[in-house]
Parts: sequence; structure tokens; C-alpha cells
Amino acid sequence: MLALLLQAAQAPQAAATQIGEPNRVAMAFFFLFIATTLGITYWAARRTRTTEHFYAAGRTISARQNGFALAGDYMSAASFLGIAGLVSTSGFDGLIYSTGWLVGWPVVLFLIAEPLRNLGRYTFADVVATRLQQTPVRLAAALGTLATVTFYLIAQMVGAGGLIKLMFGIRYEVAIAIVGVAMIAYVLFGGMIATTWVQIVKAVLLLGGAAILAVMVLAQFGMNPVRLFAAAAEKFGDGVLAPGKLVSKPLDTISLGLALMFGTAGLPHILMRFYTVPDAVAARKSVFWATGLIGAFYLMTFVLGFGAMVLVGPDVIKGVEPGGNMAAPLLAEHLGGTAFLGFIAAVAFATILAVVAGLTLSGAAALSHDLWVGVVRKGHATQQEQLRVARLATVLLGIVAVLLGITFKGQNVAFMVGLAFAIAASANFPALVLSMFWRRCSTSGAVASMVTGTVSTLLLIYLSPTVQVDILKHAVAWFPLKNPALVTIPLSFAVGVLVSLATPERQEQEGYQYVERRMHLGAVVE
Amino acid sequence: MITPDSGLQALAATRWKVALTLTIIMVIVYFGFVSLIAFDKPLLATRITPGLTLGILLGVLVIVSSWLLTWVYVRWANTKYDPELHRLRK
Repeated sequence: MLALLLQAAQAPQAAATQIGEPNRVAMAFFFLFIATTLGITYWAARRTRTTEHFYAAGRTISARQNGFALAGDYMSAASFLGIAGLVSTSGFDGLIYSTGWLVGWPVVLFLIAEPLRNLGRYTFADVVATRLQQTPVRLAAALGTLATVTFYLIAQMVGAGGLIKLMFGIRYEVAIAIVGVAMIAYVLFGGMIATTWVQIVKAVLLLGGAAILAVMVLAQFGMNPVRLFAAAAEKFGDGVLAPGKLVSKPLDTISLGLALMFGTAGLPHILMRFYTVPDAVAARKSVFWATGLIGAFYLMTFVLGFGAMVLVGPDVIKGVEPGGNMAAPLLAEHLGGTAFLGFIAAVAFATILAVVAGLTLSGAAALSHDLWVGVVRKGHATQQEQLRVARLATVLLGIVAVLLGITFKGQNVAFMVGLAFAIAASANFPALVLSMFWRRCSTSGAVASMVTGTVSTLLLIYLSPTVQVDILKHAVAWFPLKNPALVTIPLSFAVGVLVSLATPERQEQEGYQYVERRMHLGAVVE
Repeated sequence: MITPDSGLQALAATRWKVALTLTIIMVIVYFGFVSLIAFDKPLLATRITPGLTLGILLGVLVIVSSWLLTWVYVRWANTKYDPELHRLRK
């Protein structure tokens, strides 16, 4: 490390930017963050004695804390670096993501949060399985969960490796290993308590960092965003303020919108957070907080993106990294010098760590709570055994994530976030809604819906232009849409309904009365 | 414990109606915006003042309406749904 720093100090300063050079401030902030979060983990580990603590933080997180943690769990590097980059290089088109990634939250509030909190314990499979047969439902739900988590993790890991390499000048594999070790440490020792606080710290850092950056940009334009947009239009043409070339195919745009909107309501690591609050009222309030925070953040991405476009320039941004991902860090360097660049780089790192920790925990819950305890042990396992399996699953998932991150090095994995949202929207969301709100939903119907959602999404992504043309370099793709949600969400709902109607289950329908009561009144009235 | 299930079912039906209505409004707002992006780009390029196009304004309004709709729901739940649940629990 020291050698690296010395080397950098002696190296001639050719480039105008310090990005890619080991940055002392970034390193300092980075070690401060790691030290703080490991301190939190140590504190949390002493409080993690039961599965209730490990998966659900003892259900003691307040609504406001959970609102921040939800924001920290949800806003990935793609939100921060990706959208700012997209807006700075393509203008308006990037805003499709800013809005799309928010509009799922009201849906989570209206349809999912409170019933989920009242019906389940640790995973969304608990809810679907409330009155249906445990084994098939948990198997199918685990399939959907693990598919979503795996693709999301690959996208985060590969992104993390690339970004950390670019910002800190350390090797890709080393960066991936650091992320893997830190996330395993948080989840393994501190479970949901540590994960929650890492996410809260990250949310505060990310929102604070983005706000400082946005204010510094606006200060140059009389604190008026419209003047900033006008400057962008003056410099790069009116086109940057209107839809452009990124959205050339109408159905692609709509399909992506569907995946973003309904995928949020089916992301296992987000759903799991609702079990950390004491009751349904707190679950409701926490989504209100999360929607406020995430919306404010995405409004700031408008300013950051156009700010980077005007103050740094698209050519410089693409010159540093062709995807445009360095727009926000470059903007920070332009406005606040190397020290501020270091701070923003560390924030980006914290952002990634908080998301992968949440993903790992929800994957571990699917493996241990749904598959091991629910399917293998039929619900009969001691606390100690459950915790042991959950921790084993955490380590296993962490190692798999690191290996996948290294395997996919240099690959274009941006589509995998879209894929994860599409699977969540098609495999998890329809089964959740049908089992909670439709009396006639049967075991076979729910299972068929989850399996259809997962398999059809994977298949259609494989046949899409993203994989066939962009990655495999074939001339044409069999399936025209880049994101399959437009087909797979209706398909999954239709299969769920038709199979349920074809396989009526009297017992399960009678069980609906219990579901309905518990969904509203909570478990207290049992 | 005796729960007057007819009361609960009425409340469940009301909650479902409120949740579904608000969800549909959100879908219309967002997919209205997305459809304009997909099918009527020139309209969104309309300039309101220098620096502000209809597209940017509507994008901001989508975010603001997400806030408003969650606020409407939370208010309804706090003032109507919770007291009714409280009554049913007795």
C-alpha cells in the first residue's frame, strides 16, 4: 500500500484527473468506513443470538431507521454512478431510470408492505406458503429468490471490481475479494442488525454526498436547476432535454418500465426488510420514508447528471470510462478537488457494500430458512441448527459471489440488473399478489406462476438482442425485446390464475379466511 | 376470541379497493409518461421556458406524484384503516 502511494507520488501527472491513481483521501475514508462498519458488526454480533435477530434484527428497527435502511439496501452503484453517467452523456434518456426506479415504491406500499409484515416471518415464501403446501411453494420461491439474488450479485460484484479498480487503482480481483470478505463479515457475524446499520450509514453518506455535490453544482447556476438545464441545452443542443436515441424502440421502453415498477415489489432483499420492524404500521411508515428519500435522491441525479455534462463534458467523461460511470466522481473532482473525489469514491464503495450485504442475507435466508428448515427438515430444526445453516449459507453465497465476480470480469453485465428486476417482477410479485389477495389461488397455481416467471424470463433474456446480438454477436435475435417483462409478467399471472382454476383446493380456500384475518389484524389475534 | 368477520371482510374489501385504485393511478401516471417517451417524443421536446422542456417537467412530476400518492395512502391508513382495525380487535 505504502509502496503504491509512493509510486503514485513520483509518477508524472499526465492526466487532468486523479481518477485511477491511489487517492489518500479515498483510502482514508474507505478505511474509516470499513472500521466503523466492522465496529458495528462487532456490536451487532453480541446481540445476534436467535434466528429472529439474524434474519429480522429482533424486529426492533424503527420505521424511520428502516426507511433509511431500505433506501440504503435499494440505491445501488447503478443508481448513483450509472444514472449520473447516463444523464451526463445522453441527457434526458437517463431520467427514464430515475423515475422508473422510484415508481415501484408506492406499489410496494399499497400492495405488499403491511400484508407481508403480518403474514410472514423471514422471507416472502412465508407469505405465499401461509395457507398453501409448504414444500413445493418454498422450493419454487427459493428458485425465484436465488435467481434474482444471483444476477443482482453478479452485476454488483463486476461493477464493484471495475469501479474500485478505476477509483482506487487496485487490482480487479483484489477489489472483488475485499468486497466479498467485508460483506461476509457483516452478514456472518452481525446478521440483519449489522446489515441494517451498514445500510443506514451508507444511505446517510450517499444522500449527504449527493446533496453536497448537487448544491455545489447549483451554486454555479444561481441555485436554479432550470438555468443549469438551459446551459446544457445551449452547449449541447436542445436535444439533451428531450427523449433521444436511447429510446428508439417504444415497446422496449415500456417493457423496461414494467420490470422496474413491479420488480421493486418482488426483490427478496427489499421484502425481507419489512420483517425488521415491530408491526405493520411501522412497515407502512418505513416505505413512506424510503419513498421520500429515494425520490429526493433521484431528483438530485437530474442535477448531478446535467451538472457533469456542462461542467466536465461528455467527451472527458467517456474518455475516462466509456460507459460514463465516472461522471459523478469527475464532477466531484472538478468542484472539490482530489479530497472531494476521494470522499465520493468512498461513498460509491460504501454503496456497493451495503447492497451486496442485503442481497447475501436474503439469499442465505432462502437457502437456510426456506430450503433447509422448510423443505429438508419440514420446519423442525433447533435455533442453533438454523443459525449454523444460515451462517454456512452466508459463507457459501459470499464465496460464490466472489467467484462469479471474477468469472464475469470484463463482461458487459449491465443487463443483469434489468434481468434481476424482470425475474423479481415475473416470478415473485405475481405469486405474492395472487396468494394474498385471491381466495382461489392454489398450491399448483402459485408454484406454476413462480416457475414460469423464472424460466420464461431467463429463456427470453437468452433469446433477446442483449445476449444474442450484443454478447454472442449473432446477426439477429429470436426475441425482439431487450427486457422480457412485457411478456413474462402477464404470462406468469395468467399461468397462476389458469392453473389455480384447474386445480381447486378446498382446504386452501378455507384457509383464506385465516390469511385475510391475519393479513389485517396481524399475528396477535391467533 | 370472537372476531366479527363481516366487519373484517368489509374492511379488507375497502383496503383492497383503496390499494388497487392508488396502484392504478400510479401505473397510469408512470406509463403515461413512458408512453409519451415511446410514442410522442416531439411533444416532450416542447419548450416551456429556456432550459425547461415538458419532458423534464413531467419527469419531476412523476417523482412528485409518487410522493403524493404514498402520502394519500398513509393518511388514509392512519385515519381510517387503523381506527377501524382497532375497533375490530376489541
